[in-house]
Amino acid sequence: LFQMSKQLDMFKTNLEEFASKHKQEIRKNPEFRVQFQDMCATIGVDPLASGKGFWSEMLGVGDFYYELGVQIIEVCLALKHRNGGLITLEELHQQVLKGRGKFAQDVSQDDLLRAIKKLKVLGNGFGIIPVGGTYLIQSVPAELNMDHTVVLQLAEKKGYVTVGEIRSSLKWETERAKQVLEHLLKEGMAWLDTQAAGDPQYWLPALFTELHSQEITPEEAKEAIP
Amino acid sequence: VRFDSGVLLLSTHRLIWRDQKNHECCMSLPLSQVVFIEEQAAGIGKSAKIVVHLHPSSSNKEPGPFQSSKYSYIKLSFKEHGQIEFYRRLSEEMTHRRWENMPTGQTIQVNKDPQAGRIRAVGIVGIERKLEEKRKETDKNISEAFEDLSKLMEKAKEMVELSKSIANKIKEKQGDITEDETIRFKSYLLSMGIANPVTRETYGSGTQYHMQLAKQLAGILQTPLEERGGIMSLTEVYCLVNRARGLELLSPEDLVNACKMLESLKLPLRLRIFDSGVMVIELQSHNEEEMVAAALETVSEKGSLTADEFAKLVGMSVLLAKERLLLAEKMGHLCRDDSVEGLRFYPNLFLTQS
Repeated sequence: LFQMSKQLDMFKTNLEEFASKHKQEIRKNPEFRVQFQDMCATIGVDPLASGKGFWSEMLGVGDFYYELGVQIIEVCLALKHRNGGLITLEELHQQVLKGRGKFAQDVSQDDLLRAIKKLKVLGNGFGIIPVGGTYLIQSVPAELNMDHTVVLQLAEKKGYVTVGEIRSSLKWETERAKQVLEHLLKEGMAWLDTQAAGDPQYWLPALFTELHSQEITPEEAKEAIP
Repeated sequence: VRFDSGVLLLSTHRLIWRDQKNHECCMSLPLSQVVFIEEQAAGIGKSAKIVVHLHPSSSNKEPGPFQSSKYSYIKLSFKEHGQIEFYRRLSEEMTHRRWENMPTGQTIQVNKDPQAGRIRAVGIVGIERKLEEKRKETDKNISEAFEDLSKLMEKAKEMVELSKSIANKIKEKQGDITEDETIRFKSYLLSMGIANPVTRETYGSGTQYHMQLAKQLAGILQTPLEERGGIMSLTEVYCLVNRARGLELLSPEDLVNACKMLESLKLPLRLRIFDSGVMVIELQSHNEEEMVAAALETVSEKGSLTADEFAKLVGMSVLLAKERLLLAEKMGHLCRDDSVEGLRFYPNLFLTQS
């Protein structure tokens, strides 16, 4: 143990040196951050585990991601009533950037994903669902199992899905499709359009691109601050 | 025309188009050639466009992509976005006609500069060059940074190996290691960000740091909890505490680990985990079961309530409101009506009226 203590001190010195030369890179360069994170993961180190870790203290990575966590929570809370707690990574990215203002450091989608992975431990139901080429971020403790996820992925292409489409693409029975869709409706993650020509359409507000550019209203912003 | 997928730039003097894939391919059009512009709205299958009507080309025109065309206009197609903003800016420039005021000597082709020897790096070309230089500089820094990073990671890897071997020794000699040493080992792991390979549940994954943190939290959260009816979700706590700190923020794991120690340290707050997985901090004096009785009254008064309605009435967050109603249901006081329109709770008449 004593040996470890000594090696730890040495490592700390090395890290300090590294930080003095390259701290800026980490803060300014999202690609460098990705490399850094990947390397840490490969050797079994989690630089974001604790604010008291060397990585956080000396490189400032911690503060960057933990603050991002706060911003992500706020955006999700503000928009929850619109989209039921599901939001695309793109929209989240846009809204977070808006909130950060012009002079803040650049934030990439990879950064957001890492911050969200850390937030999961708070028990608020944060989840990451791969759809299409991107991700849907869940921020409420609603239970979404494999069936729900698959339907979400199907809906991602057009923003909506019908029972008929589910039956033909996934080869499910009507009952199974209906159960999944009703669950999404109940959770507020899907809206039903019965006036569409043909099958009723289940739309996902999270995927409405038109809504994406809408600012967060003052009422919504109030929701976001505990 | 096969020019698609590019970036359109507007200067006070010209329109410049640059191919996104092939950076060598770059075209410019002097604004003085433009007669007028109009918008074409997007439609199904069509993107929004701006139509730029041009004067007939003058004889001393620089060589361009086409020698001549039967059309007197070009169309700029905005496949992704930006049409509205660009149209506005372009209209502005057309109104101001600033190119008439400023001598064109300001925007130059470097090679053909008659003032030989003085390369004026201004205008678009100058800006682009500066960006290129900056990019090269950044690249150089990055490669140096990567080298240093790799070396650092080598050393970090050694630390991980060492900690694994220590952990193994601990496992083998279960009795030999003291409490104190365990605590120290844990704090070393914390500093390095290495997951604890030895799960000793005495203090969970907590360390001295987390103990201190727990005590701090008890102090910080007393008032906010009282203001919020004695209960807050862990995400609320995370935001509250980190916003107050500003710097040296807590990681989510730090917060959870500290909160796990609250009860054992006999602090006036505790961590509670609901069936749904939602985690909250309560005042010790807070009794959720008593709150359930109050909730039942509220629901009875209104006949029935959803979590949203209840939250608004009582002034709680929807998340916690839902948990309270679910708890009431678990205790048998409320019944649910789960329909497409949402989850609604009713007083459990089966219990009271049988």
